[in-house]
Amino acid sequence: MESEPILVVENIKKAFGPRVILKGVSMAIRRGELKVLIGPSGAGKSTFLQCINFLVTPDAGEIRLEGRPIHHSRKRELYAYRQQVGMIFQDFNLFDHLTALDNVMIGLVRVKGMDRKSARERAMAEIERVGLKEHAGHYPAQLSGGQKQRISIARALAMDPKVMLLDEPTSALDPELIGEVLAVIRDLVANGMTMVMATHQIGFSRAMANEIIFMEDGLIVEQGPPSVILSDARCERTKEFCSKITELYGEAS
Amino acid sequence: MDELLFLQDEVVPALLKGLRVSILLIVPSAFFGLFIGILVGALRVYGSRPVVFAADIYVTLFRGIPLVVQLFIWYFGLPYLGIYLSPFTASIVGFSLCSGAYHSEYIRGALKSIKRGQMLAAQALGFSKFQMVVSVILPQGLRRALPGCGNEIIYLIKYSSLAYMVTCIELTGEAKILASHSFKYTEVYLAAGGFYLGLVSIAGWILHRLERRVAIPGFEHHRG
Ligand SMILES: Nc1ncnc2c1ncn2[C@@H]1O[C@H](COP(=O)(O)OP(=O)(O)O)[C@@H](O)[C@H]1O
Ligand SMILES: [Mg+2]
Repeated sequence: MESEPILVVENIKKAFGPRVILKGVSMAIRRGELKVLIGPSGAGKSTFLQCINFLVTPDAGEIRLEGRPIHHSRKRELYAYRQQVGMIFQDFNLFDHLTALDNVMIGLVRVKGMDRKSARERAMAEIERVGLKEHAGHYPAQLSGGQKQRISIARALAMDPKVMLLDEPTSALDPELIGEVLAVIRDLVANGMTMVMATHQIGFSRAMANEIIFMEDGLIVEQGPPSVILSDARCERTKEFCSKITELYGEAS
Repeated sequence: MDELLFLQDEVVPALLKGLRVSILLIVPSAFFGLFIGILVGALRVYGSRPVVFAADIYVTLFRGIPLVVQLFIWYFGLPYLGIYLSPFTASIVGFSLCSGAYHSEYIRGALKSIKRGQMLAAQALGFSKFQMVVSVILPQGLRRALPGCGNEIIYLIKYSSLAYMVTCIELTGEAKILASHSFKYTEVYLAAGGFYLGLVSIAGWILHRLERRVAIPGFEHHRG
């Protein structure tokens, strides 16, 4: 039961100029787990997630995937590592000049060196998985926000990641579109994907997360199972924050 | 009647001959210029510090020095270093380098306008920086640079008329010779002007078609 963690993040520190954003953040996640990051805006959640795949270079700390430390200064090793860590952004970041299908295919062709025919088949399979088969030929500007986010999830899944990082995947969406994206993520959890997700969807987190991590000011204030963090937190700040987002984002998921 | 005969028998044949040379100058210069512009533009945005510095110097020099002077240097100056270029080659070298400097400016601006998220997404997928620039940034940046670069090509068509200054006899060169022999300056230069207008119109039409063709669906009205 207590298997080795697949991803270990140890004591990550990051400052932008004089401003210290992360003051030593650690996390270990086991295969198939979902960890939810919550915390006020500016707490450093995005920076932390981007440090995990070195989109932001941490000043200190270590990251190990399946026990192997990652040397981010070795370009090849870095690119190979990033293929194994999928990332979903708040504002989707689909490639604007490519159709949905090409968005999902491009990594397979350019990074994995797959031939176009197999890449197309794989990409279509992922697009079907997120329920957007009919939209494969559409460009991002022709898709709704929810559809864009689902395509971006398909794009990440096509690379066969071992871990996925999701940075507020539903925050840029109109309320009526949040459900379709959460449904896809729920499906990933059911299929055993390992994920770290920053979100304020409290109902979803309560139902799906193995652990909720409350971050503030570049530090983890408290972490634990949703039942504890959301209803019975030890720390006053955690309680305060949780009641605020519960009020704001409701119990519905 | 006399005028018409002169036009038919002398002006048109001479100018057609010049036109051929002009086109032979313009097409490769546009091509090389654009190539240099893309390369230098990308290096100015994504290169290391010394590379950016070198590229900036290139642009400053070639935008700052009048094109005629540049042509004189290529044609009359290089022989001092033992390098002899034909008038035709010197013109193409001069036009390409000058055009490339201007193109690089449009391309640099366009590349910088691509949202950071596009780069983050590419990097997160495991793209190397080079792959990212080639398959994500340039395809978007070049579309945005197209109106500016198209404009530069239109300019090139017109400043190609400077080639006659280094004795490469193209459209303007032929017109000048004919005019000074016949003393019919107005007629000859008006006709030459008409030829340039034709060239520019054709180029404008092609560029416009190209712009429509590569437009990204849903982005036609430029939503940024
Ligand atoms: N590239 C950067 N340069 C300077 N400051 C940054 C940069 N990225 C983020 N920050 C700052 O770091 C702080 C934490 O940001 P972020 O990680 O986005 O927090 P969160 O996602 O929790 O809202 C913010 O105050 C933000 O202004
Ligand atoms: Mg954030």
